[in-house]
Amino acid sequence: MALRRYLYYPGCSLRGTGVAYDESLRECFRQLGLELVELEDWNCCGATSYMAIDEGAACVLSARVLALAQQQAPGVDLVAPCSACYLVLRKTEDYISRYPEIRSRVEASLRKAGLPVQIGVQVRHPLEVLWEDVGPEAIRKRVQRHWRGGRVACYYGCQAVRPYGEVDRPIRPTRLDELMEAVNVPVVDYSLRTRCCGGSLTGTIHEVGLRLNYILLKEAVRRGAEAIVTMCPLCQFNLDVFQNEMERQTGEPFDLPVLYFTQVLGWCLGAELEKLGLRHLIAGRDLVERWFVKERPVEAYV
Amino acid sequence: MAVTRTLRYQREADPEWTEWLRRQPGCEAFWECLQCGTCSGACPLSIYMDFTPRRVIALVREGFYRDALSCQTIWLCASCYACAVHCPRGIRITDLMYTLKREAIRRKVHPKGLPTPVLAQEFYRMVQRRGRNSEFWLVLRMALKSDPWALVRLARSGWRLLRAGRLSMRTEQIRQADQLRTMFAAAREGR
Repeated sequence: MALRRYLYYPGCSLRGTGVAYDESLRECFRQLGLELVELEDWNCCGATSYMAIDEGAACVLSARVLALAQQQAPGVDLVAPCSACYLVLRKTEDYISRYPEIRSRVEASLRKAGLPVQIGVQVRHPLEVLWEDVGPEAIRKRVQRHWRGGRVACYYGCQAVRPYGEVDRPIRPTRLDELMEAVNVPVVDYSLRTRCCGGSLTGTIHEVGLRLNYILLKEAVRRGAEAIVTMCPLCQFNLDVFQNEMERQTGEPFDLPVLYFTQVLGWCLGAELEKLGLRHLIAGRDLVERWFVKERPVEAYV
Repeated sequence: MAVTRTLRYQREADPEWTEWLRRQPGCEAFWECLQCGTCSGACPLSIYMDFTPRRVIALVREGFYRDALSCQTIWLCASCYACAVHCPRGIRITDLMYTLKREAIRRKVHPKGLPTPVLAQEFYRMVQRRGRNSEFWLVLRMALKSDPWALVRLARSGWRLLRAGRLSMRTEQIRQADQLRTMFAAAREGR
């Protein structure tokens, strides 16, 4: 397969709590012959907080990222794995083209910084890249390992599939499910696939955030899933980190691995285990061990 | 038993504010609203809100800005855009909520005691200075400023994250933070 090149904008979460996404994404792309070149000196996208304070500053943040991409590799697509980054960058592009007032502010700031003002960067989510540039059929042909895990619930989260994106349909998307099926991972029909996890609410209005995630986990279990597959660092964080606490509060046991789709895909494509960031997962350690880590031959136990 | 009126008087409304709001990016379409309530039904947080999204739209277009700006609703909105993608009239309700958040903070009428506006402001300051967000320090600052008792709970999840190698105490910073500051200043001046 020809080597394709992409600029890579990890975003703040993938440098911290979402480190497993960063590791497994790089490995997964490497397995498929897709090269990721990290954008130099990228800044934060502003997430949901900046728009709540200062619209102009919020657009400047994204504009700088887009302009850096334009400057460092014109014509190369920018891959943004975090749903918040992805949405914010695309929303800014939309705002710049739609509102002259915002456009003039953004252009003034770019000129002052000596960055390119004419920006034609295509912002893409890794799921979109895998689906469109590689395709489920080509991925199926490259399967190296046979999935021995259980059924999974594919959770798209909210922002990646919402109005400004092109990852999939905003209501009842299916690409993640189809990609999992392409590598022989059985999926359940998960009705809450785009219901919001609350984002930063688990950190601010904790009880409310916790309840949203409890509903998501409970429905996944009810549908027969043994794990959840995610494509956003915040979703993964919320569903993974608070399972203990939910168990304490509700008395219902929860111990579901919450995986990144790049971990599952990478494993099926034959990636090295150490490069999939599995050690960073918190819930469902036993299952992760059983599903992913190579079983010793039977003789070893005799 | 005292009887109180539950509805506002019309004189408390400010139609000029509604006109101003309608000119803000993303807010153009709220007169299209049918009051069907699809937004409130699609919203996973509406059951916690003091006014559902549908009622917020009803309030803002009649000019009852005090209620719309001081309610908890706008700070419960997690920006998931479910309302916006389901709205049969194409109203970008999430962007309307953002505008209300900004206006509430500018007028300092956001509900006190809710950590959400504190998080937004701390996040803003951190990125303004360093160009990146460092999760650990952000959460710590937010907790200290809003609810220090939350640190007990946060310590538990912090410990789990630390053991999984996901808690970084490094302060993230971009190389050209000064360039970013110049850009913010230029954007404020406008051109």
